[in-house]
Amino acid sequence: MATDILMPALSPTMTEGKLARWLKAEGDTVSAGDVIAEIETDKATMEVEAVDEGILGRILIQEGVEGIPVNTPIAILVEDGEAVPDASSEQAAAAPKAETASAETTPAARAAKAPAEDKGERIFVSPLARRMAHERGIALDALTGSGPNGRILKRDVEKGPAAPKTAPKAAATPVITASEETVRRVPNSTMRKVIARRLTESKTQVPHFYVSIDIELDALLALRSKLNAAAQENSFKISVNDMMIKAVALALKKVPGVNVQFTDAETLHFENVDISMAVSIPDGLITPIIRNADRKSLRDISVEAKDLAKRARAGKLKPEEFQGGTFSVSNMGMFGVRDFAAIINPPQAGILAIASGEKRAVVRGSEIAVATVMTATLSVDHRAVDGALGAEWLNALRDIVQNPYFLVV
Amino acid sequence: MSDTFDLIVVGGGPGGYVAALRASQLGMSVALVESTHFGGVCLNWGCIPTKALLRSSEIHHLLHELGTFGLSADNISFDLSKIVGRSRSIARRMGGGIAHLLKKAKVTTFDGRAKLTGRSGEAHQVAITKDGAAVTTIKAPHVILATGARGRQLPGLETDGTLIWGAREAMTPQELPKRLLVIGSGAIGIEFASFYRNMGSEVTIAEVADRILIAEDPEISAAARKAFEKQGMTIITGAKVGPLNKSENEVSTTIESPKGKIDLTVDRVICAVGIVGNVEDLGLEGTKIQVDRTHIVTDGFCRTGEAGIYAIGDVAGAPWLAHKASHEAILCVEKIAGRSPQPLHPLNIPGCTYSRPQIASVGLSEEKAIAAGHKVKVGRFPFIANGKAVAMGETDGLVKTVFDAASGELLGAHMIGAEVTEMIQGYVIARTGELTEAELIETVFPHPTISETMHEATLAAFDGPLHI
Repeated sequence: MATDILMPALSPTMTEGKLARWLKAEGDTVSAGDVIAEIETDKATMEVEAVDEGILGRILIQEGVEGIPVNTPIAILVEDGEAVPDASSEQAAAAPKAETASAETTPAARAAKAPAEDKGERIFVSPLARRMAHERGIALDALTGSGPNGRILKRDVEKGPAAPKTAPKAAATPVITASEETVRRVPNSTMRKVIARRLTESKTQVPHFYVSIDIELDALLALRSKLNAAAQENSFKISVNDMMIKAVALALKKVPGVNVQFTDAETLHFENVDISMAVSIPDGLITPIIRNADRKSLRDISVEAKDLAKRARAGKLKPEEFQGGTFSVSNMGMFGVRDFAAIINPPQAGILAIASGEKRAVVRGSEIAVATVMTATLSVDHRAVDGALGAEWLNALRDIVQNPYFLVV
Repeated sequence: MSDTFDLIVVGGGPGGYVAALRASQLGMSVALVESTHFGGVCLNWGCIPTKALLRSSEIHHLLHELGTFGLSADNISFDLSKIVGRSRSIARRMGGGIAHLLKKAKVTTFDGRAKLTGRSGEAHQVAITKDGAAVTTIKAPHVILATGARGRQLPGLETDGTLIWGAREAMTPQELPKRLLVIGSGAIGIEFASFYRNMGSEVTIAEVADRILIAEDPEISAAARKAFEKQGMTIITGAKVGPLNKSENEVSTTIESPKGKIDLTVDRVICAVGIVGNVEDLGLEGTKIQVDRTHIVTDGFCRTGEAGIYAIGDVAGAPWLAHKASHEAILCVEKIAGRSPQPLHPLNIPGCTYSRPQIASVGLSEEKAIAAGHKVKVGRFPFIANGKAVAMGETDGLVKTVFDAASGELLGAHMIGAEVTEMIQGYVIARTGELTEAELIETVFPHPTISETMHEATLAAFDGPLHI
């Protein structure tokens, strides 16, 4: 019997994705576990595995199509010798089970074109609006229905999802007009769109405040040299970044009020310290996570960070490797910047911006001395963390970095 | 009796009386001012009495086709005064029904003409006169103008009540004109042409545009022309009608068209060359109410430029259709009552012409859809391939559907043939409910019915029809 292969939800937050590549062609035989396609999500490229065996009867969504809602049929799997239906079996009353490897894809999520129905909430939508939204990759629950009893109509799809509150201002900003020859138009990638959406959300919905501190690095650099010198045959090479991740993790353990997340009803305090580290990749950035960084050795952190960064640049991270950290670190030390402030990565409550270490004149007692100093700036969600707490945490961090034996005991 | 109401409705036609009934349902105190007759033109001098006439003429036509059905009758004849009498009595009966409904709904009715006479605080004042004499002044915070429209009089083509007829004279003939000229080929002109042709008159239609039924899809216009010409009508398009030279009991004129000049002498002329809104003597002067070419300018909820004053139906502009007036009445009143009605979508208003064959349509014609930038899929299905139509002896007919190729939206549906005015609502529901071809194809149409042509015309636009 023909079954639909659905667009899998590769992470809890994924609502849509791009069909990056088909690895099987129509007519190919597939076995359970075969990788049949690659899906590009907001953060990574993921593989879709077949659960059943059969023949890839028909590809419904071609390569390169973006904004495919989760649970949309992307292909039809048939048994050997079976006729291939033209369309997905979705319209048929006896809809077969969803058949992809994703844990999130459940039969209950079959209402493919209306993801919100999964939440048990019926969406009133005209058939035409449903089809148009589907074709444009717009999630129905992002639309506001203007028809009778809030029914979503064609005009609502044409209007598009409700813009964030800042959008009218943004729209009012004069667009730079230039002749076509001087403008190169680059379509926004899925990742670029997600960065735009999430950071706009963060800056408009999260009340940021910023606290900066100067930290002397000489002791930490000295320790790093000794540790790396002790490494046998380059078995590891610890970076300043590795040490800062550990220091941040320890500071969060020491001042746990910053290792939190604000929600409307309650503030979540996390036991675990999972550090998201911002990694720059060709079309944006991604934040792989060093979990339980407070409990890992510098060597473990170093090895793990290198592996994550490498796979991040290749677009091969698994969702759980970049989703769900409790605090972020953004390090621009290698770029020679004096200081900067980062935007919080929601739903986290804080991010530390690490600038370059440089030799600066410092005053010790009443003497002027030279020290390697870096400015670190903490951005925090004021809904969950107040100023004094932010300052206390930064002081704890400075204490750890300037007394780096904390990092190795 | 109080002189203050929640709502005053001016005009008791299919817009006004429906507004009054709905407002009463929603708990408002309502006054309705009507100068002539409840039910307006529609019920008294339009839709209903002409349908009664057309029914008689259809039966007359069928009587002359009896042989086709294996029947025969001798001495087939008619009594025109009885045909007209039936039509008038039906109009009276329906008008009486409206009066009863208004009474039941406790609507206070006033016999007279209404005129806005300014504000008194929050309320608008309306002065009522009968035959020039003041009756009373009433007031309400909301006033709905539903005064309707009348046939347009063109210079040289003015109706005179004897030789040159308007709709009113045309539906109360004392004798059948042997030769008839109908000027104008909109729904009204075509219906009269059809009635008189079915009754045996020689009918010539003169239309200034290059095709008849200009509001319809050109393919339907062409099919209608072919059908009417087959019935023996003469149709002149691109026609310029010269001066009407009246003698005692006939009219002669010269009609110029791209095909040349025709000298024509007829017994009667019916002028059906458009509609003008009844905007005079309403007290609109000095208000913020705007009038554009005899029609009151309104927004999607029938609001005029003056807060608290609304206009619905023919006086608020095209399409001049009773069902449009009634629908506007409902949404206008519901908006006043603080409900959330939907503005009327002009492309979801069906149009019907009750000629033989009937014509009905909704939405965009194929050419307008293409002009609007749609890539279209068009489906057609002729009645000749429909079992019921053949059994009924009604094989002249066509259903044409226009879909958006990308979204499957039903952009328009165009029908000609028997009973299409009763069937078009299926496509109107599809448009209003924003169904796509998928739902129409999924729908089980009853067999045998002429409505199966609607299913087939949808299939024809996509997978292909089954029965052709």
